Amino acid sequence: MDLSLSTRTVGDRTVVEVGGEIDVYTAPKLREQLVELVNDGSYHLVVDMERVDFLDSTGLGVLVGGLKRVRAHEGSLRLVCNQERILKIFRITGLTKVFPIHTTVEDAVAATD
Amino acid sequence: MATVELRFSAQPEHVRTARLVAAAVARRVGVDEAVLDEVRLAVGEACSRAVGLHLSNGLTAPVRVVLTEEEKSFSIEVGDEVPGPSGGTVPGLQAALDPDGDTEDEMGLAVISGLVDDVEVISGEAGGTIRMSWPVSGPGGGELP
Repeated sequence: MDLSLSTRTVGDRTVVEVGGEIDVYTAPKLREQLVELVNDGSYHLVVDMERVDFLDSTGLGVLVGGLKRVRAHEGSLRLVCNQERILKIFRITGLTKVFPIHTTVEDAVAATD
Repeated sequence: MATVELRFSAQPEHVRTARLVAAAVARRVGVDEAVLDEVRLAVGEACSRAVGLHLSNGLTAPVRVVLTEEEKSFSIEVGDEVPGPSGGTVPGLQAALDPDGDTEDEMGLAVISGLVDDVEVISGEAGGTIRMSWPVSGPGGGELP
């Protein structure tokens, strides 16, 4: 399965809906998407990972890269994920302390802390 | 002798194939269903790392994956052909999260070491190998329904 990406704007947030597998082959597409959004002035991103089937460290690296980019503009990058097998990867790498992870897109969009 | 051996050219698009093969063989030899996600992820990490090492060193040699059913375990070896200390030791979380470092390689190893209890990273003149193993509950994945 390939990677699917779609974006939509909710208020001042940009929601990036990701589906499929994020790995060493597909992660560059996600990186391009995040870079493009930041270059276009979207600094408050919500990455919805509910339809992600697989995530590896390359994908984590892209998300960390995205976070660094938005932070350079005092922006934010929030994740939406309820899948245990994906959350586990964030836990074992300690990245649950780095990313705000929400259970719904609505929560992520409304969050301000 | 290996149960299944796979060689693939060091290109990112083939890593998914290696994951699928490893998960299929692991299921067949009786690795617990709940652990298959970990097998898939760990093999993917090891293969991604090997592909990256081959590409960055300009090697055209294939990446080798050896899947072996042993008496009470299932082992996977992922070998690269980049000589020297590239394998090194499995770094801790600090190395993986070092904001100044080239994080992807270290993060891959950190994921593997976080997922797999029995993992060994060997580095030699002929290249590096990541060896991982998982316990096997029995043929066909244990008890019948």
